[in-house]
Amino acid sequence: MSEAGRVPTLLEVHDLEVSFNTEDGVVRAVDGVGLELKSDEVLAVVGESGSGKSVTALTMMGLTRGPNASISGTAHFEGTELIGASDEELRRVRGNRMSMIFQDPMSSLNPVYRVGAQIVEQIRAHRDVSATEARQRAVELLDAVGIPDPGIRVDAYPHELSGGMRQRAMIAMALSLDPSLLIADEPTTALDVTIQAQLIELLRKLNEERDLSIVLITHDIGVVAEIADRVAVMYAGRIVEQGTLDEVFYDPQHPYTWGLLGSLTRIDRPRPDRLPQIPGMPPSLLEPPVGCHFRPRCPHAFDRCQSVPDLNTRLPEAPAHFDRCFLSPEQKRERREVGDGT
Amino acid sequence: MARDEEGHVSGRLLEVKGLSKHFPIKSGLLIDREVESVRAVDGVDFAISSGETLGLVGESGCGKSTLCRAVLQLIKPTAGSVLFEGHEIVGLGDRQMQPLRREMQMVFQNPQASLNPRKRVGEIVGSPLKLHGLASGSELKPKVQELLDRVGLSPEHYNRYPHEFSGGQQQRIGIARALATRPKLIFADEPVSKLDVSIQAQIVNLLVDLQKDLGLAYVFVAHDIGIVRHISQRIAVMKDGKIVEEGAADRICEQPRDPYTQQLLSAVPIPDPRENRTRRAAAARE
Repeated sequence: MSEAGRVPTLLEVHDLEVSFNTEDGVVRAVDGVGLELKSDEVLAVVGESGSGKSVTALTMMGLTRGPNASISGTAHFEGTELIGASDEELRRVRGNRMSMIFQDPMSSLNPVYRVGAQIVEQIRAHRDVSATEARQRAVELLDAVGIPDPGIRVDAYPHELSGGMRQRAMIAMALSLDPSLLIADEPTTALDVTIQAQLIELLRKLNEERDLSIVLITHDIGVVAEIADRVAVMYAGRIVEQGTLDEVFYDPQHPYTWGLLGSLTRIDRPRPDRLPQIPGMPPSLLEPPVGCHFRPRCPHAFDRCQSVPDLNTRLPEAPAHFDRCFLSPEQKRERREVGDGT
Repeated sequence: MARDEEGHVSGRLLEVKGLSKHFPIKSGLLIDREVESVRAVDGVDFAISSGETLGLVGESGCGKSTLCRAVLQLIKPTAGSVLFEGHEIVGLGDRQMQPLRREMQMVFQNPQASLNPRKRVGEIVGSPLKLHGLASGSELKPKVQELLDRVGLSPEHYNRYPHEFSGGQQQRIGIARALATRPKLIFADEPVSKLDVSIQAQIVNLLVDLQKDLGLAYVFVAHDIGIVRHISQRIAVMKDGKIVEEGAADRICEQPRDPYTQQLLSAVPIPDPRENRTRRAAAARE
């Protein structure tokens, strides 16, 4: 761990809380999230719909601000405090030092402008370059993300590209100003599995060759296993477990993580008779359960779970592995049916 | 059940031969002439026996959903034959199809879009019973409540509206509706792909339980090969409107023969970091 100390921290989020006033009451979408991202790292934030993973990312980009939102906590990125930053400050960072891509590339691209023009617009909004130079840069970017005939495709409209190509174009745009951080929110969910594999490969290449740090938001554990260095598992607005990829996969500490890992199907293993399932369903964030949010669905819950467990390190041998569960490490090892290299 | 090497069972419930659905592309000023056609389904053969699950996998646009609809005569096939219990159903009129619709039902991908938001659960699940004359009046409610119980919902849900349910529960309502007519065959078109991982397993297990209890046959369409393999005895892989490979589920996953199947399987992410590192290292050496 002494080595890790030397790698600078790029992004540091502490006690992030985001709630929204709605007609039905206050929805606490993010409930005290803390994250740390080192340079060159890929951090996967995993969770189901409504777990707060996207809201966390959108809040860092300043995209959840609104009259009905209340946001507290801190998010430090390259010396800028993002929470509470002025629009002016955010504009300098957004698209420039950190950029974001979304699940559906068709609805993130403007359908009436050519792809190249949209990239040029972003470059020229931040840099003092001529239109010709910016266009040349756009062609290079399209080439770098693996779009064939970039000189021709630069003049294509979004609808003329396939889903995978559109997502590549979105990545090209996100990279146009050479940011240090890319937030990718379910970037492959809308795509076919063969295209997904190509895009994961592209993200990995960008991470390795351009030293691009990535926060990957996904519900797909398979994708996480392919690319992440560290993993944060979110459930009902809170991080329930955080650790390196191998720690979370082979020594999972939280019963929710056990459930997630257990319910996976694997095509390279004999199939089980029955797919292990997590009983019940995620709680409503209007009225979340008292104490641990996973308690009502947890087969291992006991009276202590009525209070909220801290996100703590509980394993002396793994000081960077955090979880929110009161069970002792021995109990966890006894009770879980996943992990341990299986 | 007697099975041959590829997992086929003798005695077919449904037999599809040379089924095609081509959509015309028309062009012309005054008279639209057919200039080309999209061969969405192009000469597909498959068969399925009682109590069996056939998984249908393929990427978006390969014709999986069109195939289901053409088999069910929801769209008119361009060519080919569909035998249900030995009887030809291609070309049957609506009235002749009506009794057969009882036997073949469908569960859709998006449960929210496939349930009428203005109708109560009781009406949604009860309407196939009424339509087919299976229950009326005072018998209706207990029958619907029995169906709700069967799919893991509570009888009190009878008077609720679809929006009051989560995605997984809505899919259970869709399944209850499909079960209402006691079908022999259910086409499930991506029934879990819109659901969260923890809920997917619940629905898949429910479908497996129902099959065991009721002897249902499924055509299970999905792009998630892991789930398809879990639920299916046989898998058919579709590409560009054709079935490129068909065989026992484990055989397809362990020893795919067709290059396209191999490509598809190798793209499936493996949720095992060590395994992935080994695979990547092997790929780098090549």
